[in-house]
Amino acid sequence: MANNFFTDNEGLKFHLHNELMEEIIRLKEKDYADFGKFDYAPENYNDAIDSYEKVLDIVGEITGEVLAVNAEEIDHEGPQVVDNAIVYAKGTTRNHEALTNAGLYGMSLPRQYGGLNFSYVPYVMAAEIVSRGDCAFANIWGLQDCAETIYEFGSEEIKNEYLPRINKGATCSMDLTEPDAGSDLQAVGLKASLDENNCWRLNGVKRFITNGDADIKLVLARSEEGTTDARGLSYFVYDRNSNAITIRRIENKLGIKGSPTAELVFNNAPAKLVGDRKLGLIKYVMTLMNGARLGVGAQSVGLAEAAYREALQYAHEREQFGKAIKDFPQVYEMLANMRAKIDASRTLLYETARAVDMTKSLDALSKDRTLQPEERQTLKKYQRLADMLTPLVKLFSSEFANQVCYDTIQVYGGSGFMKDYPVERMYRDARILTIYEGTSQLQVVAAIRGIIQGTYLSRIKEYEEVAVKPEYQAVRDRLIKMRERFETMVAKANEFGTTSESYDFNARRLVEAAGYLIMCNLLLIDANKNDMFASSCAIFSKYAQAELEKSAAYIENFDVSILDSYKSVFME
Amino acid sequence: MSLRIVVLAKQVPDTRNVGKDAMKEDGTVNRAALPAIFNPEDLNALEMALEIKDKHPDATISVMTMGPSRAAEIIRDSVYRGADNGIVVSDRKVAGSDTLATSYTISQAIKKLGNVDLVLCGRQAIDGDTAQVGPQVAEKLDVPQITYAEELIEVSEKSIRIKRRLERGIEVVESKLPCLITVHGSANPCRFSHAKRVMKYKHAISASEAAERGVDTAKLWAEKPYLKIEEWNATDIMAEDERLGLTGSPTKVKKIENVVLAAKDSVHLTPSDEDLDGLMKELIAAHIIG
Repeated sequence: MANNFFTDNEGLKFHLHNELMEEIIRLKEKDYADFGKFDYAPENYNDAIDSYEKVLDIVGEITGEVLAVNAEEIDHEGPQVVDNAIVYAKGTTRNHEALTNAGLYGMSLPRQYGGLNFSYVPYVMAAEIVSRGDCAFANIWGLQDCAETIYEFGSEEIKNEYLPRINKGATCSMDLTEPDAGSDLQAVGLKASLDENNCWRLNGVKRFITNGDADIKLVLARSEEGTTDARGLSYFVYDRNSNAITIRRIENKLGIKGSPTAELVFNNAPAKLVGDRKLGLIKYVMTLMNGARLGVGAQSVGLAEAAYREALQYAHEREQFGKAIKDFPQVYEMLANMRAKIDASRTLLYETARAVDMTKSLDALSKDRTLQPEERQTLKKYQRLADMLTPLVKLFSSEFANQVCYDTIQVYGGSGFMKDYPVERMYRDARILTIYEGTSQLQVVAAIRGIIQGTYLSRIKEYEEVAVKPEYQAVRDRLIKMRERFETMVAKANEFGTTSESYDFNARRLVEAAGYLIMCNLLLIDANKNDMFASSCAIFSKYAQAELEKSAAYIENFDVSILDSYKSVFME
Repeated sequence: MSLRIVVLAKQVPDTRNVGKDAMKEDGTVNRAALPAIFNPEDLNALEMALEIKDKHPDATISVMTMGPSRAAEIIRDSVYRGADNGIVVSDRKVAGSDTLATSYTISQAIKKLGNVDLVLCGRQAIDGDTAQVGPQVAEKLDVPQITYAEELIEVSEKSIRIKRRLERGIEVVESKLPCLITVHGSANPCRFSHAKRVMKYKHAISASEAAERGVDTAKLWAEKPYLKIEEWNATDIMAEDERLGLTGSPTKVKKIENVVLAAKDSVHLTPSDEDLDGLMKELIAAHIIG
């Protein structure tokens, strides 16, 4: 049978059929208003979910038969700059064509712009599948996210000009980073000014731009002369056909080598303003960034799945001391932990995707009509949930992907260190995941509010209200004990003062503890619905308990004077 | 004038994944035990048709298949990938057809369609591996045939130029239209289904499928005629009954043997003419080659 990365993965089908999907799709489809207007619009929930499955089946087939096959060659060949244009590796072009010809760009865009109008969950799922085939290519495919930003904030003119091109294969990039503005995007200096014809012109340098030679670029630039902070930044859309950018070079990277990362010089480049002036970073980039963070979550889970499957197969085939190495406790512990981490980060990923889905659809609805009070409540609830969970998805899935790839090489032993097997590529590809679209450290900064305000705690308590079968009561009881331990930990940290350096120093421990608890609770709910998660639930909750104890012990024994010891190391 | 293309396709048991119960006791293929798939070389033929349509966007592609009602799956799959429509030739009378009866049935159906410029089909099907139906259809339609096609080089409304894959090399030939082409597995693989086409055509259904599922299609077909999969029986294609199915099939299976190749003892051969000659004679005597 042909390789299909959707149909061979029962976990995906489980999450696709979550009970919230009926409401998610009804909202996204505005009570199926497109039915009759577009010949591919669904009539009802069953029709829509069936379409999701059928389209994900195509994504799975193309990924298994094309992307995964090309990945190795693309990693070796990489893109190059020829005549001031980036030429993809041949395999990258083949991947892009296969997905374009199958109509798989613009998945979540409305039909009037040529999109499939899919809700966010199947879109994230497609991103996960694509990433399993080729982590580097996932960037080029995933940058269709930019279309979402244009759709949400662009004028009618901009929407009509750019959006229909997405489904036909126009690629995108989001140009934020500069040599002096990385994590701190407030420092962006690329200049935007109005010329005599009232057209915006961009001048300056952007660095580390993924898919830098894209057809459609979203550029963050300083439109307000004399400003130095976020309030002077606006968002612009640039068309490649203007030919006003010099590609200075493409970076030679450790991993995701098929994804071109470029340094660009904007030479009086014409551009159009997206949305309102001064809201570039404050509103639009933050929205785009949240989507991109979830995208890295999907990329991480997909890559981890790919690595885990390699490890599993190798551990079955490789024999030492007269038996397959999977039968040795130290090896099967690694394998089962990988699986548990993947199941845990995946359930968190789709929990978040559902919250984003509800938020986006209700938000779109609010543009058509005034929302009912209970709809406003629902919107608020899911908006809060999405904001709270997004940094956790980014943090955990990317760290787990690195751990899974690290352990995969360990399972392979000496062979894993060789270029002969794909696992070394996966290990290199994984490394960027904890860095781009906001480092793990920045995710902690984004998440710490949820600890201080108690939003994580109340969400955990909501999960505890979901009834479980008697056989899972013991796990539930353990999770409740862990939550109590977490509360003690937070109380102890509060004694330092939430604005203190000591609190910041321990922030990651606190955020991780909350994350572990949320994933444990989600896995328990999953296992309660479907036994295929029983082992992961048991394994992950024990693992998480040990991790939580470790952090709790550290905070309990924490003494502010230790900070001086840390700092003395680099003050010498 | 726009090109009218017919692609002949067959739903076959997936003989590449044969399990224990693949054959019945009487030596025939146990179709129920094997997943039904699109015959692989027919997919190459469909791709070639789609490549012609890429160059001549007003060309129409009709996919024709002969088989039981579930063969309509082949039509849906083809339409998802870009074909315009399809026809299932289905009738109890055609059951048990050999290649002669099949090519008669298919050629009658093509004649009913009328004004066909190009017929494309896979070189052979993986269930029978005869590679006879394509050439026989060409003879019955009295049109030229190009077999073992690997690549479409050029096509106009009057002629087609094709690269053929032969045992000892390649050959480029040109034929006037109408003609029939059998496509080799080394030709381009078929493109994937298109997301929007899948969503548009997934409810396409044939009359006998509708009857089996107890669905009333009157309203559906009236509103969306593109969701009707044409189904023709022996009467529709004006076939003579005695030339159909088992009656019309002179091929008789005498015996089916299950050959188990178990190497009991190995024979050591020296690279001499004498030993090679001996091996060849042995293989010919055992009917393994020759």
